[in-house]
Amino acid sequence: MNKYNPLEKILIYFGIFVFMTFILLPFVEMFYASLRPLDHLFRSPYQFYSDDLSFWAYQEMWNTVPMLGRYIFNSFFLASCVAILTLIFVIPAAYAYARFKFPAKNTSLYLLLAINMFSGAVILIPLYKLLRTLGLLNSYQSMIIPGVAFLIPTSIWLLKSYFEKIPIDLEEAAFVDGASRVQILRHIIAPLSTPGLVVVGIYAFIGAYAQQFLFAITFNQKKEYMPIPTGLYEFIGYQSVKWNEMMAAALVGMLPVLLLFIFLQKYIVEGLTAGAVKN
Amino acid sequence: MNQKLKSYTAQTYIAYALIAPAALYIILIVAWPLLETIRLSFTNSSLAGEDYVGLENYQKMFSSKKFNGIVTRTFVWMFFSVSLKLIIGLIGAVLLNANLKGRSIFRVLVMPPWVVPIAIGMLGWLWLYNGYFGIIAGVGMRTGILDGPFGFLAYKQSAFISTIIADVWVGTPMVTVFFLAAMQGVPRDLYEAAYCDGASRWDRFFKITLPQITPVIITMSLLSAIWTFNSFEIIWILTEGGPRGSTTTLIIDTYKQALGNYKFGRGAARAVVVMILLMLFAGFYLALLARINKKISHE
Repeated sequence: MNKYNPLEKILIYFGIFVFMTFILLPFVEMFYASLRPLDHLFRSPYQFYSDDLSFWAYQEMWNTVPMLGRYIFNSFFLASCVAILTLIFVIPAAYAYARFKFPAKNTSLYLLLAINMFSGAVILIPLYKLLRTLGLLNSYQSMIIPGVAFLIPTSIWLLKSYFEKIPIDLEEAAFVDGASRVQILRHIIAPLSTPGLVVVGIYAFIGAYAQQFLFAITFNQKKEYMPIPTGLYEFIGYQSVKWNEMMAAALVGMLPVLLLFIFLQKYIVEGLTAGAVKN
Repeated sequence: MNQKLKSYTAQTYIAYALIAPAALYIILIVAWPLLETIRLSFTNSSLAGEDYVGLENYQKMFSSKKFNGIVTRTFVWMFFSVSLKLIIGLIGAVLLNANLKGRSIFRVLVMPPWVVPIAIGMLGWLWLYNGYFGIIAGVGMRTGILDGPFGFLAYKQSAFISTIIADVWVGTPMVTVFFLAAMQGVPRDLYEAAYCDGASRWDRFFKITLPQITPVIITMSLLSAIWTFNSFEIIWILTEGGPRGSTTTLIIDTYKQALGNYKFGRGAARAVVVMILLMLFAGFYLALLARINKKISHE
């Protein structure tokens, strides 16, 4: 029943081709533009063919965007801080949701989902005033603090489902044998949940890396703390954008998350879709 | 001892203690600001200070033609964006669900727009939409559809459509992945039985696949309505809400009022409208989710 005749095959592949063109064209064109010399890009109408492709823009961009290295470091630093903090808050909470029965358990779980639906834009004003009062505007903290809040809900849901996969019998057996809660946590839960923790940590990292715009343009004006998206966005305002270098820098900026995701896509997608599909 | 592990009250205390840090964090950074926004919407708060002004912000807002236009525009923008995401996502999922060579590679290749930072992806779209040198204008000029350079983001209507397309590009992968996951969850024996009864591929899609994945389609419509409603970065980077306000949605307007002009009170009133609409969406979504879960657990 899964056999397709040649015509059907051609139609399906053609459909996939059109669909994929829509999805991937921007990336392909960004990469192509990054390889072309600037005077080839600045021809109207668009020239499809360039004969002298090179990686020159990838060297030159460091001069054109002098703080690019710093922006990349900032993006990594911010995303790592957010991911680690998120894990610290989420591990105990997810464990409680996976293992204990308590009043308001389901209600609070759904409330968490509801929080996910609020855009950060709705709460910018009080946060702006709060950060200003605390003297935290224009600092790393101004981007980390709100970032963590918006990753906690999904991370709790994800990690909860990993904890639930660890058989409770193991813990009960250890408890009967006289192990303390701390011992159970160290010797049973921790090793068994490492894969889940890694996946949730990476999910938080990717999420934190991806959300570095709204809070960053609102709460931080200092160049030395800017992550890649806002750093590059500043350059678009300039009169003549060196598009080949801009595209090179953009691709370098998205590469880390893309690689992380490709290696771990199976686990992340499984975790995220499990809630919506099988639940 | 085992008794103690199961004892209800001890469990409750431990559970609350474990959840407390995350809960307090969210209360401080999300819940309190939400309430504070409501309070600020009744004041003329700015960097200078604040006074209670009652409903003034709301009266001004609702009597302004511009604001009513923004609300309508937001829903039109959302409607097109969400419908396109769902339709393209469903077609994409059907195509990638076909049992052909290379499908596992294609499944990974759909995801990049979803994963890369939206703000960086939009830099690419800025280049694609470039009126003189971009590839889209280029194809248009070479095929004769355009008779000269055309700035897609410079005119009201084309900017509106261009931001929708970019938003669809960002949102489609996730919809596709969820639909695909749902399609794979449909029990195989349903198809086998239908096949034995001589149902065509078309019949099998409309009579088995579609009804089976309807819950996921409904959930995804609501979720993507919520995300599309919240979409900020895409419009902000491509047009900043322009030209002449033609891509200013509620979120963009809220941001501009609050942090462009530092008129916190007026911004807060808009944020409250956004909040109420979001709560409606969220309420729908959660009620639906609860119903679907109940139905499944009853079966």
